[in-house]
Amino acid sequence: MSELLQFAFSGLTVGAVYALVALGFTLIYNSCEVINFAQGEFVMLGGMTTVFLGLAGVPLPLAACLAVVVTVAVGLALHRLAIEPARGSGAVVLIIITIGASIFLRGAAQVVFDKRFHSLPPFVGGDAIRIAGAAILPQSLVVLAGAVIILVLLWGFIERSLIGKAMVATAANELAARLVGIDTRATVGLSFAISAAIGALAGILITPIALTSYDIGTLLALKGFAAAMLGGIGSAVGAVVGGLLLGLLEAFAAGYVSSQYKDAVAFLVILIVLLAMPRGLFGRPPVERV
Amino acid sequence: MSAVVVLLPLVLPSAYYYRVAALVFVFGLAAVGLNLLMGFAGQVSLGHAGFMGIGAYAVAIGPTHLGLPSWLCIVGGAGLSALVAFVVGRPILRLKGHYLAVATLGFGLLLAIAFSNEARFTGGPDGMAVPRLVVFGFSVRGAQAWYWITAASFLIGAVLALNLIESPSGRALRAIHDSEVAARVLGVDVARMKLTVFVVSAVYASVAGSYFALLNGHITPDVSGFLRSIELVAMVVLGGLGSVAGSLVGAALLVMLPQTLTSLHDYEHMALGLIIMGVMIFLRAGIVPTLARALRRA
Repeated sequence: MSELLQFAFSGLTVGAVYALVALGFTLIYNSCEVINFAQGEFVMLGGMTTVFLGLAGVPLPLAACLAVVVTVAVGLALHRLAIEPARGSGAVVLIIITIGASIFLRGAAQVVFDKRFHSLPPFVGGDAIRIAGAAILPQSLVVLAGAVIILVLLWGFIERSLIGKAMVATAANELAARLVGIDTRATVGLSFAISAAIGALAGILITPIALTSYDIGTLLALKGFAAAMLGGIGSAVGAVVGGLLLGLLEAFAAGYVSSQYKDAVAFLVILIVLLAMPRGLFGRPPVERV
Repeated sequence: MSAVVVLLPLVLPSAYYYRVAALVFVFGLAAVGLNLLMGFAGQVSLGHAGFMGIGAYAVAIGPTHLGLPSWLCIVGGAGLSALVAFVVGRPILRLKGHYLAVATLGFGLLLAIAFSNEARFTGGPDGMAVPRLVVFGFSVRGAQAWYWITAASFLIGAVLALNLIESPSGRALRAIHDSEVAARVLGVDVARMKLTVFVVSAVYASVAGSYFALLNGHITPDVSGFLRSIELVAMVVLGGLGSVAGSLVGAALLVMLPQTLTSLHDYEHMALGLIIMGVMIFLRAGIVPTLARALRRA
């Protein structure tokens, strides 16, 4: 029992990161139908920038804030320089552009930072807390709590504020949104900025536990994407549930089956989900215009 | 195109260039196959390097662990890829758009992980050595020999592809690309055609993968990794979806790029990413079709 609980804890912690990455995917996909493969790089940038600013002498809380700002700037640049000019291209072209962007960002990180693994001191120190025979790090709780807070804030923003409603409108029908006076270009840019912020925060939160390096972005993006698909792309609830579920499945597989194939779990799950229930857990049935 | 292939050796100064050219042909072959799937049938595959991996490891494992001759393993690898493509393709090709992309992505990654983990057979993450190709008692070595082999294979592959495109099957493929429902209404067996193209493109990739392994003498699981799949897709899209010549151009661009950037090795990824983004934004249809259109207008 305690073993199961242990796996569940680590699965939920990692799952929270997947959930945040998946949420970022969903935000951008909803606003402009682009699968942003550079999402994982946002997570990497958040962690790495904080580490390096900290090494340069900046106090950590300030470094974290600056890291988020930097990542948001990168996200906005990505939108303005890479996605906007290519509007109207097919889905494949846009996917390739974001993949190219992720490769570019990874290469830049390699040059600006370095190739080693880095860590941050945990936000809440102390030993692991024991619950029913399993141990959970205080930082894990911070990650989970952070994810919940981000979710609640995001939900509040989208449901309650005017800008949030503009984002929903743009996602529903871009032409109609423009006709009622919404600046859709700015709205899409905003979705990129928020996605980048979420990614950066996820990166900062998880670095004390899982370390960070210049190349964690790719695998994270792939798994986050898998999580978003699992939950049903286009559904924010689905993204979160998908992420947590994926984290749990991965942890259980690593613990009970084989830790070598841990990474394969995500993709195996994806294949099974796509073949059995293509629109994921919470997705809308795809409507094809003939 | 054949003229370029035959005349090129007159210009190439050293074995190094022959080797690069051979690599271009190898990836060009895989790109042509993928182009059939993406450019003509309109399906997307983000995991095609998996088939390259099957071909590559077939040529490594066959002679080393099973004692089979290399050339037989090339054929065997292609056959295995075709089988895998057939089995996997049937359910996967029912999906469309992003879902198909993710499914193929997952498939390619699963293969890469399997190659990396099954160290007993595959030598694990460090890879394994590949015995040299022996044909009729001649051990094939030297970049020049490989240049002619890969060039000939590429030309054969390109000619086959062009023939397919011009045939009724090719027209059916393009109908599927434009609108699957309309194609079905016209009587095209959409599912079977998609599966056929998928299998054909898998065979192309597998043979290319085998050549790659034999050419290098050593392979690692990277040969079927995500980055390799993306490079293949990039070659196809950069060169021009639906253009066989474009596939060669795309392959040339992406193979030669790291070679020219060895002095700036650290900046290689940055440059690669920038070029991919740049070409996709500004030359949207791909290099060859855009240039062809520009020339036609001028």
